[in-house]
Amino acid sequence: MIPPAVVLAASFGYLLLLFLIAAHADRRAAQGRSLIDNPGVYALSWGVYCTAWTYFGSVGRAASGGVWFLPIYLGPMLAMLLAWIVLRKMVRIARTYRVTSIADFIASRYGKSPALAALVTLITVVGIVPYIALQLKAVAAGYQVMTGAEAAGAAAWWTDKTLFVALTLAAFAIAFGTRHLDLAERHEGMVAAIAFESAVKLGAFLAVGAFVTWGLFDGFGDIWHRARAVPELGALLRLDRGGGGFGHAQWFALTLLSMLSVLLLPRQFQVMVVECVDERHIRRAAWLFPLYLLLINIFVLPIAIGGLLLPGNGSADAETFVLSLPLGHGAPALALLAYVGGLSAITGMLVVETVAVSTMVCNDLVMPALLRLGVLGAPRGSDLTRVLLSIRRGAIVGVLMLGYLYYRVAGEAYALVSIGLISFAAVAQFAPALLGGIYWRDGTRAGAFGGLIAGFALWTYTLMLPSLAKSGWIGGDFLARGPFGIALLAPERLFGLTGLDNLTHSLFWSLGVNVALYVGLSLARAPSAREASQALLFVDVFRRGGAEPVFWRGRARLDDLRALATRFIGPERAGAIFADYAAELGVPPAELRPDARLVDRVERRIAGAVGTASARVMVASVTREEPLSVEDVLEILDQASQLRAYAHALEEKSRSLETATAELRAANEQLLSLDHLKDDFMSSVTHELRTPLTSIRALSELMLDDPEMEAEQRGEFLGIIVSESERLTRLVNQVLDLAKIEAGHGEWHNASVDLRALILDAARGVAELFRERGAELVLDLPASVPPLWADPDRLTQVMLNLLSNAAKFVPAEKGRVEVTLAEEGGNLVVSVRDNGPGVPPAERASVFEKFRQGGDAASRPPGTGLGLPISRRIVDHFGGTMWLDSEPGQGACFAFRLPLAPATGPGGKENGHEGADRR
Amino acid sequence: MTGGRGPGARVLVALCAAGFALFNFPLLVVWDRPGTILGLPPLPVALFAIWAGLIAALALASERGGGRDDGE
Repeated sequence: MIPPAVVLAASFGYLLLLFLIAAHADRRAAQGRSLIDNPGVYALSWGVYCTAWTYFGSVGRAASGGVWFLPIYLGPMLAMLLAWIVLRKMVRIARTYRVTSIADFIASRYGKSPALAALVTLITVVGIVPYIALQLKAVAAGYQVMTGAEAAGAAAWWTDKTLFVALTLAAFAIAFGTRHLDLAERHEGMVAAIAFESAVKLGAFLAVGAFVTWGLFDGFGDIWHRARAVPELGALLRLDRGGGGFGHAQWFALTLLSMLSVLLLPRQFQVMVVECVDERHIRRAAWLFPLYLLLINIFVLPIAIGGLLLPGNGSADAETFVLSLPLGHGAPALALLAYVGGLSAITGMLVVETVAVSTMVCNDLVMPALLRLGVLGAPRGSDLTRVLLSIRRGAIVGVLMLGYLYYRVAGEAYALVSIGLISFAAVAQFAPALLGGIYWRDGTRAGAFGGLIAGFALWTYTLMLPSLAKSGWIGGDFLARGPFGIALLAPERLFGLTGLDNLTHSLFWSLGVNVALYVGLSLARAPSAREASQALLFVDVFRRGGAEPVFWRGRARLDDLRALATRFIGPERAGAIFADYAAELGVPPAELRPDARLVDRVERRIAGAVGTASARVMVASVTREEPLSVEDVLEILDQASQLRAYAHALEEKSRSLETATAELRAANEQLLSLDHLKDDFMSSVTHELRTPLTSIRALSELMLDDPEMEAEQRGEFLGIIVSESERLTRLVNQVLDLAKIEAGHGEWHNASVDLRALILDAARGVAELFRERGAELVLDLPASVPPLWADPDRLTQVMLNLLSNAAKFVPAEKGRVEVTLAEEGGNLVVSVRDNGPGVPPAERASVFEKFRQGGDAASRPPGTGLGLPISRRIVDHFGGTMWLDSEPGQGACFAFRLPLAPATGPGGKENGHEGADRR
Repeated sequence: MTGGRGPGARVLVALCAAGFALFNFPLLVVWDRPGTILGLPPLPVALFAIWAGLIAALALASERGGGRDDGE
């Protein structure tokens, strides 16, 4: 046993630590450096799923039912597999429409119905308050085990430590759960404290598990080995409970139930949906959370079986094994840690659940009542923010005290022990309306009402009432024989349905009828305009881009809206709404017009503070609304989608304009460079024309001035004039030739060409030139090659050009030019290799350009500089390529390749290649 | 429906269906037998192993998606 003072000091010291953590997190949030903005903390905060019912209860259930404690944690695993789909949609909807609780969510979906919100709140309170009582009971039980004190029930209430714990938690919830008027804003401090508590309870439980497994026993294998000797313990590890085979219906029901609960319990909705910082965190948290559950469950069976194996323990004490095993085996410090871990599980659940439930109570029960009574209804009243905060704080204390009262009254009763699953079954009733509502457009308010009321009624009759009867609060006769002796109506065998345990039986009837009525009533009557519009907003939440439809028509006054917003969320935030909207529209705040979008925005902001249903009523009270028909809703939706389509088309158009502009710019640049080339060409041509002209003119003038010139001299001059004139003619012919080819007007007389014979002819044609230069011409030709379809005169022109070029550049008397012809993969390749100086790398790219002659101007042999460009264009024309291989000092090798079998006929090819040339 | 770069919706639904099948009758009965796996009872070992396998599959599907997601 540990002295009560130590336990109390540890308890309140721990609570103080939570205050400090929460205060620190709130301060960090205010500085914009959020502590909770990461998936790890987000996932840890989901750990609030594990309450005292897990921390102490799992071991208890494992000790009596073996593996049957597990489905409660397997369900969340299955739910988390779909979290990215379902939970993310819930978060997006809640964020977009500033939904702050489950009641708000369901009410908002079905046309912002205040009655539906109140119904959901009522079901939650009835279902959850006993669960809160269960947690408070665990505080007392834990304290009792730790200190060996007398049962808490015996003490007077004013000395009851549990009451003080409850009050401290109320203070915590008030301090960190009602920070903001706008509940859609996150409670960073609270979430940080909850995440910390999740870490503590996991650590403490693992420590106890390790202590039992390796401290008291010799590992998992040892525990199991010893358990096999005891038949009852061996049975714990089988699915079969007490004969009758595997109750797979119950196993399935438990899995399904916990799968739904992990999304629908008020505290889970609070931490998962309302407190979500960034929906992208769901991606990682969705697998971290099941991992957390796996870890916290891994030692449950070893602790339960180990505890039962040790002398002096029965399964009745198993719920406190986590505390009693370390305490009874010489590890009081570990026991204290385990106690703090248990306290973490309890306080975390109590704080979040209380904040969540009190929000619903305030927004969906108290506020509508006050509105109806006219207390808050006056259009221009005083600032209501303080009133709102007080209501919310009162609701927190109220909910906790209700739980405490239930605990004091129920005490040890059965109602408390089984309440965990009973609560799960209560919140599972929200599943059809909530999950159906976000995926099924045709779900209506009537369907949700019918399903919820019937489901709740059946839950009460088949699960809640029997549990009260078993506690002895009401007579148990009707359980066995049915009310008024009507056996068919017996709560646990409704309409004679037997063979199921009471939980599965209740779940079958309540959820079954719930779904049937939800679907049936939804299909029976068409939804109202507001239901239809909300359905569209919820179901298609991911489909909306910027152009979100606003289903509101009417007239409003800016002053009224401003006054309304100020009353509910305070002057600063209210002012910000209008200023932001004015800034978005780009108009001065004074000229702001109260259009539908602004009204919608104000309503959403107020909804964050008082709930969507109340916000709707308040906005309706200060504006003159036109009632919408379903046709109007469709029309608005149509407009919105048209707007979206226009925006889309506009985007498309501007994109294609951009592309066209880029293309035009590129074309323009190409034109400019072509223009530049043309100028270059013109100046080159005129330059080349001027040189011979100058010499002709100079010689002619000389002869004109001197009639007595000697005949010999005159003859020499005339010879030069003739040769210069020939050069001029050749130049003009080549320019014309090139221009024709480039313009696509070249004359082509195609025929079958034997390239070997053509090369031999060309070689004969230049033989004299080679002889003059003292150069050697070597031909390396195969015996025969396939014929080409080309213009033989043009190809001869190419060959002559290459050969005469080579002859010009080879060194005098030692020149050697090799011509080779080869067939390579459908092409004929001709190369002309000389042993001249070669082409320097810098000039290699430009040798095929017009008027670019090799070598420097002083030493190069005479030529027009058009031979190679023309040759290349001729080769191009026949679908071939011409290139140059050259190493400086190693000579140059001009080569070209011509395809043997052109893809198209000679005529078609001509046009195609001219087109390619011009490009 | 999801789009973006989160885990694919079809993968998740398939995993969930597989989870339901593995965690329920009749597949669960396969493990409900006497004897031991590594000195431990088969049923709890199988349950925890399937559980860990599903977590690993979900983690793989989630983390492989990488990058951000803007909704649809």
